[in-house]
Amino acid sequence: MSLAARVEEKLYQNRYIVDAGKPHIAIRPHDKPSENLLAMTRICPAGCYSETSSGQVEITPDGCLECGTCRVLCEASGDITWNYPRGGFGVLFKFG
Amino acid sequence: MIEERFDAIVIGAGMAGNAAAHTMASRGLKVLQLERGEYPGSKNVQGAILYADMVEKIIPNFREEAPLERHLVEQRFWMMGDRSHTGLQYRNDDFNEDKPNRYTIIRSQFDRWFSKEVQSQGALVICETTVMELVSDAYGKVIGVRTDRKGGTLFADVVVLCEGVNGLLGARAGLRATPKPEHVALAVKEMHFLPRETIEARFNLHGDEGVVIEAAGVISKGMTGMGFVYTNKESVSVGMGCLVSDFATNNDTPYGLLEMFKNHPSIKPLLEGSEVKEYAAHLIPEGGYKTIPELFGDGWVVCGDAAQLNNAIHREGSNLALTSGRLAGEAIFQIKSRKDAMSKQNLALYKKLLDDSFVMKDLKKYKDMPALLHANSQNYFLAYPQLVSKAMENFLRVDGTPKIDKEKATIASFVKERKWTGLFGDAWKLARAWR
Repeated sequence: MSLAARVEEKLYQNRYIVDAGKPHIAIRPHDKPSENLLAMTRICPAGCYSETSSGQVEITPDGCLECGTCRVLCEASGDITWNYPRGGFGVLFKFG
Repeated sequence: MIEERFDAIVIGAGMAGNAAAHTMASRGLKVLQLERGEYPGSKNVQGAILYADMVEKIIPNFREEAPLERHLVEQRFWMMGDRSHTGLQYRNDDFNEDKPNRYTIIRSQFDRWFSKEVQSQGALVICETTVMELVSDAYGKVIGVRTDRKGGTLFADVVVLCEGVNGLLGARAGLRATPKPEHVALAVKEMHFLPRETIEARFNLHGDEGVVIEAAGVISKGMTGMGFVYTNKESVSVGMGCLVSDFATNNDTPYGLLEMFKNHPSIKPLLEGSEVKEYAAHLIPEGGYKTIPELFGDGWVVCGDAAQLNNAIHREGSNLALTSGRLAGEAIFQIKSRKDAMSKQNLALYKKLLDDSFVMKDLKKYKDMPALLHANSQNYFLAYPQLVSKAMENFLRVDGTPKIDKEKATIASFVKERKWTGLFGDAWKLARAWR
């Protein structure tokens, strides 16, 4: 089984209240992703970042664990904008 | 939403926030605490080990009420080879004392309990509320916060920022920088459930005794990082973390690394047959003393992870958060009782209390460690563990080779890898940074 498939299985254990239609992370439109943005396709612990067939990086933040790794790596350069989900939304840890 | 004015607004219901809110509310201050999660603890992630002394200073009889997992009687440090580990193990029956020193906890349960204690002291705690920005007056003094609720601007004499390692508010207000990739570790963790008898048999425990395993070596593939296994009553917390900057240049995924750690022959039998019920990720401040930002200003203080208060060498974070939150609360109470303003000048008292405590003294002691470990991660986390593993194998495998030849081979392997100058240099640098 690929690792990407395996992380989805891991996320399946978690509880989320997804704020549908209001993603809290957005990627700046780009032709070619920066090195750090590309690295997020591998580093994001929830596998939220992926590479499209045309070589851009896109994000689906539904499974986001709100760790902030992408913020630390990609916010300063303007590659992404990062917010917390609205109050009450996002991941809800049962154990933490 | 609320018209009244508060003595203090606390952002976040983690260790630092709860400590600050409890300290102030129990002294009669009018405290509002805001938490973005559904309930206190729902956004919080930790290994997690709780240090009793720091909680006791806030709630003396916490052992009777708090949801604690196991008190720790044993600590194992494992240096990991590819298929081996060389361990240092310390177990002491004296740790089975009336008032044990360390416990494992489950954060969302502990924080929920802690928050109830905070509320019983009279603090108003509002969950499901994300604070969007700090509100300042014309002179730049922080006077309140704006939340994501309708009409949700709230005012207070002082705002206590306990927003965690990924604190957006302070950064947005220009009070501190976003942590740099080389100053934070990304840790991923799973909760593995097993019957308590199984845990007790596998880890050699009786009753509520607990064990901690901290593991470093080839498992982080040359990155500055560690793995851990903590025993809870009916679950085992298993995690793995490395510096974000190392992850950025390495080819591994955090969950891939965790899988490898779990499948290491020394770890796998401990987890066999478990049911995984949660997967979490969290950043850990690892930069230490040199990365601590401004801790106070006009109308605000910052505590805990948001202030980078974490002792990476001793794996102590929550107790620094508890202590900084408590000291911020005490400082604010003192200023308030003198009827003084929450000015930068007066809030310097918080920094003074912190400087006089173990928090700053410990962090200062290890101020050079984070940079050293980061710069030499290939040696400390890959080369040496492999060499030690080989040396142990040489030492223990009896195959008719004369011992003198084995010893020579072991020494030669160390010299080949690092040269004599490198070996002495590494030892010298490590000893200096430790002092």
